[in-house]
Amino acid sequence: MSKIKELEDFATQVRRDILRQVHKVNSGHPGGSLGCTEFFTALYQGGIMEHKPEFNMDGKEEDIFFLSNGHISPVFYSVLARSGYFPVDELNTFRLIDSRLQGHPTTHEGLPGIRVASGSLGQGMSVALGAAQAKKLNKDNHLVFALLGDGELQEGQNWEAIMYAAGNKVDNLIATVDLNGQQIDGSTETVLPMGNMKAKFEAFGWDVMEIEDGNDMQKVIDGLTEAKSRTGKGKPVCILMTTVMGNGVDFMMHTHAWHGKAPNDEQLETALTQNPETLGDY
Amino acid sequence: MKTYIDTGKKDTRSGFGAGLTELGRTNPNVVALCADLVGSLKMQDFIDENPERFFQTGIAEANMMGMAAGLTIGGKIPFAGTFANFATGRVYDQIRQSIAYSGKNVKICASHSGVTLGEDGATHQILEDIGLMKMLPGMTVINTCDFNQTKAATLAIAEHDGPVYLRFGRPKVANFTAEDQKFEIGKAVHLYEGEDVTIIATGHLVWEAIQAAQKLSEKGISADVINIHTIKPLDEKAIIRSVKKTGCVVTAEEHNFLGGLGESVARTLAENNPAPQEFVATQDTFGESGTPEQLMDKYGLNAEAIIKATEKVLKRK
Repeated sequence: MSKIKELEDFATQVRRDILRQVHKVNSGHPGGSLGCTEFFTALYQGGIMEHKPEFNMDGKEEDIFFLSNGHISPVFYSVLARSGYFPVDELNTFRLIDSRLQGHPTTHEGLPGIRVASGSLGQGMSVALGAAQAKKLNKDNHLVFALLGDGELQEGQNWEAIMYAAGNKVDNLIATVDLNGQQIDGSTETVLPMGNMKAKFEAFGWDVMEIEDGNDMQKVIDGLTEAKSRTGKGKPVCILMTTVMGNGVDFMMHTHAWHGKAPNDEQLETALTQNPETLGDY
Repeated sequence: MKTYIDTGKKDTRSGFGAGLTELGRTNPNVVALCADLVGSLKMQDFIDENPERFFQTGIAEANMMGMAAGLTIGGKIPFAGTFANFATGRVYDQIRQSIAYSGKNVKICASHSGVTLGEDGATHQILEDIGLMKMLPGMTVINTCDFNQTKAATLAIAEHDGPVYLRFGRPKVANFTAEDQKFEIGKAVHLYEGEDVTIIATGHLVWEAIQAAQKLSEKGISADVINIHTIKPLDEKAIIRSVKKTGCVVTAEEHNFLGGLGESVARTLAENNPAPQEFVATQDTFGESGTPEQLMDKYGLNAEAIIKATEKVLKRK
């Protein structure tokens, strides 16, 4: 089996995990999670990040990742669990009382793999920047990755961080923006048009590249590999990654309707049929 | 009666700067951040000696707090400095999520707190910051009274694992605590033993409380005076022990009476030893432009106000 096919199978199982997590508690955010499944799979399974599932908060001598748009926790939890950070069975506890798998990710309950709480949008880039600066101080040549939602860039703090990163040549940071064009109240175009994101990042002094289809595993792997090769050259690296919200479930795609809504029993069955079991359900 | 000697007026922010400079020499994990107020925060010596360990974020406090949280990942101990207003209200959510809820070892260093910031006026004179910070689970809240205590506190919080809010100010005030003091987080400092009234003060009001106690003594009133530098965790034992003895209390702080030290003391006493209390604090108001002395006088934040409050509370015993 080719490596790409293996990763695609992994992603299909992650999609099942996402759907089953949100269905069980009738809450959570499947849309963005399904759209970023290839990205998370590539990072943790595709050899992009050198990371240690035994988990140490300081993350020294390894690549580390920050999720800024914390509401897509179902995909993060599934990929962390299936990468050995915590038992896969624990996905059963998503959003339940006394769980480490809070609605939005947190360090507070000690879940391995999480290095900062996120959920209140717009904060992850700054934290990633600080961690990247700590790596430089520690003479640790590993990278810091961050994922941000596109709607999230409406938060002003991001632009403080974007200005800082370029101005201070934080070139061990790769920030990926999930361009799915959707947010809770509708498309980003209708809620608050984002304009030319590439031109904006470039104007702020970043090295900007694109992944045109963030739901094509090969393209995601190639894009992230290319991004890594651009680090260490005096500029922070931005990837504008176009994805389809709800990807992999036909009735959830191309709409913001499934941003924060769980499928009912019948919808779950249809969605799971479209994503047959590959690695075994939890 | 014990005499406390002012060894020469100094600003508490310079105590912070001196402490940070010392930490720069003694603790390689200490890093500093500032949002375009290096001179005001007295951080230049640290920067000169450790340029690689300093991060100038520009006028961007939200990013500064987030970066500080990130710097802890990798073992750094960030001291993030700006004015108290911009270190709390402006970035409450960043502190709440990225620092407090995430349990990050960040030291938020807030200068120019309260009305004694002076002529800049109410936009910069935060009187709500203690309340904001003490409500955050896990946050330690410290408000120091003079140069020496601020320096000692700065050194002490580097040794404490967890988020800290360190509050200090702009004006030059009496420097009367010991130069070689050991600063114990959460431990009250007993300044006078007395029988009639307990006076509990924090920050710039501690020196005023000492002056008040001396004048009260001349009137035959014996005050038990406590310097509370740590508002959270509060030294409840020291407060209860004192008020059990005196039966009434005056709290004094350069902060709104809502949410400040006074309310923490009132809650402690309500639970353990209810007693009449008077609050020397601002009365749910914004400040205004003026000299520090004029403002302390107008807003009732000096020895005279403490004496009046004492006379009032004694009648309620």
